[in-house]
Amino acid sequence: MATRADARCCMMATGEGYNLDMEQMEQAGNIVLKVEGLKKHFPVRRGFFQRVMGSIQAVDGVDFDIEAGKTLGLVGESGCGKSTVSRLILKLLEPDEGKVIFQGQDISGLSQNQMKPLRKEMQIIFQDPYGSLNPRMTIGESIEEGLRTLGVKGQAERKARVEKLLEMVGISASAAYRYPHEFSGGQRQRIGIARALSVDPSLIVCDEPVSALDVSIQAQIINLLKDLQTQLGLSYLFIAHDLHVVGYVSDTVAVMYLGHIMEYAPADELYDKPLHPYTLALLSAVPVPEPDKRCELKALSGDVPSPLDPLPGCRFQGRCPLVEERCREDEIKFYQAGENHRVRCWKVIAG
Amino acid sequence: MDNGKDILLSVQDLKVYFHLNQRLAQAVDGVSYEVRKGETVCLVGESGCGKTVSALTTLGLIPQPPGEIAGGQVLFKGQNLLDLGDDEMQKIRGNHIAMVFQEPMTSLNPVFTVGDQVQEAIMVHEKVSKTELRQRSVQLLEDVGLPAPEERLADYPHQLSGGQRQRVMIAMALACNPEVVIADEPTTALDVTIQAQILNLFGELQRERDLSLLYITHDLGVVANIADRIYIMYAGIIVEQGSAPEIFHDPRHPYTQGLLASLPNRAKRGARLHSIPGTVPDPAYKPGGCPFHPRCNLAIETCQSRFPEMCDYGNGHQSRCPVLYDGNG
Repeated sequence: MATRADARCCMMATGEGYNLDMEQMEQAGNIVLKVEGLKKHFPVRRGFFQRVMGSIQAVDGVDFDIEAGKTLGLVGESGCGKSTVSRLILKLLEPDEGKVIFQGQDISGLSQNQMKPLRKEMQIIFQDPYGSLNPRMTIGESIEEGLRTLGVKGQAERKARVEKLLEMVGISASAAYRYPHEFSGGQRQRIGIARALSVDPSLIVCDEPVSALDVSIQAQIINLLKDLQTQLGLSYLFIAHDLHVVGYVSDTVAVMYLGHIMEYAPADELYDKPLHPYTLALLSAVPVPEPDKRCELKALSGDVPSPLDPLPGCRFQGRCPLVEERCREDEIKFYQAGENHRVRCWKVIAG
Repeated sequence: MDNGKDILLSVQDLKVYFHLNQRLAQAVDGVSYEVRKGETVCLVGESGCGKTVSALTTLGLIPQPPGEIAGGQVLFKGQNLLDLGDDEMQKIRGNHIAMVFQEPMTSLNPVFTVGDQVQEAIMVHEKVSKTELRQRSVQLLEDVGLPAPEERLADYPHQLSGGQRQRVMIAMALACNPEVVIADEPTTALDVTIQAQILNLFGELQRERDLSLLYITHDLGVVANIADRIYIMYAGIIVEQGSAPEIFHDPRHPYTQGLLASLPNRAKRGARLHSIPGTVPDPAYKPGGCPFHPRCNLAIETCQSRFPEMCDYGNGHQSRCPVLYDGNG
């Protein structure tokens, strides 16, 4: 199996400046990605003159960091802004405010051209591997595309690299000449992973990578992602709504609700000692595969409210069992609740 | 409970095949299960294992062709539903057996209001006055916990959230007081907090109305929370059946064991997840013998050629793995 180091060597032999950022990386300690005060509001236009009638506050002040070789799990219900966060990090969307610091360098102000060398460092794996593979391109062509963009010139070399990548994700090399429809969902997800790895990234954003897969296949893909992380020292931002999966893969977990991070803690602490009422509600709503522990699931009342012009105060006020007057008025700060444990709830802090 | 009189729905050796271009997909290949009064039965399996097809067949919803019911019986209170004509089947559907589908947005008609659709479900089966129709639909929507049901009647499906739409679907299913409700992955498309609401709703309705629920899902967490009895399906056959504690604590089929072991949770962090190698076979190209043998870590030579019989562990716990049963198949 290839290690990240020899993968890097093989890429360096092509004459590209792949050793860039090594110094910067050391400067930043072992933090690969740091996100500070990230905001993205989408204006909503209505009427004949398309006037701005309000804004969807998809991401509204998000902070977190990811250490090298570690996994940050980002959980939340649909519409909470977790996918927007992933797009902002990869600069597929421009943030309105805030910084994305990747390997010590603030990338939020960079132009497309300046981003290009960084693109290969950050890759993404999508939820639906079929929708993200071009049905008219063979698997080999799809994986090669990234290499070609980065200027890996020799055709034979690209081909060898593709074969190596396929082997790394557990697919036979002959797959390179076949088309996406010939593969099952799990195999397509492996191909998606091979494509993300083709440019030798250090950070991979996994946007619900196993949600569409069957249980037996899900375990295969999770194991593959874990193995690759150990072999290549990858860092993951793992976005999912399944708390069991997130609890298994993550070192640190951030719980998102309506554009805010509600709680941020090491995985063990978050699951053992959840502090925020929303985290508690989420954890108690997940059915446990244990027939003896059967009980009425504690369901939160109501739906996730619309992120369109949310009320002032706490985002969770409408569904929170502990809500008080102050929650509806004050801006709720992100309190330090322990070492590396932060929570956006003043009541929990007050006791 | 083993009283035969309690059995409402009984599917026996059902075979449903689909004729594709020069291929025959044996989607359901000899499936038997029972649903008793007031009971929750879970059909569990991965995509393509035939769980939905076997449920649709019970309601006569399989288009023929390309589908073909190649054998077996669907007995509802002793009457074989497969013998009934369209008109007679229409009286069973909704009236006695109703269905809730996975994706409420695609199952609801976007150009009719919620009121129209709930009322239609009643009108198809009963002659009632307009005022009564309205009263009953409001009552139904209230029963399924939809806030402000009177106002909701005039809403269109797109105005509701996913959870609310699923509540409307459940209201429609309950419109004519059915005895059996078949729910096909009703919470798969929903968020966990909403899923918990819907699962609790099913629990309440079942207690109030003494409903029998046939719940189709792949989520073992959900199964553990609601099931009285469980059928595990793989490649068109039932590989194991039993009560919830038996299946979860004492699984006797390598597939069930593999599924349970491959569930991720925080306690397993750091350790490798067990995974079942390979993929679910295409229903048109199923391996001979035991269909699970290419992925099974216990497979012996006879597994490749001989179709496994059900082995009985007592108390209704049965499994199709002779190797685990007596060691040599």
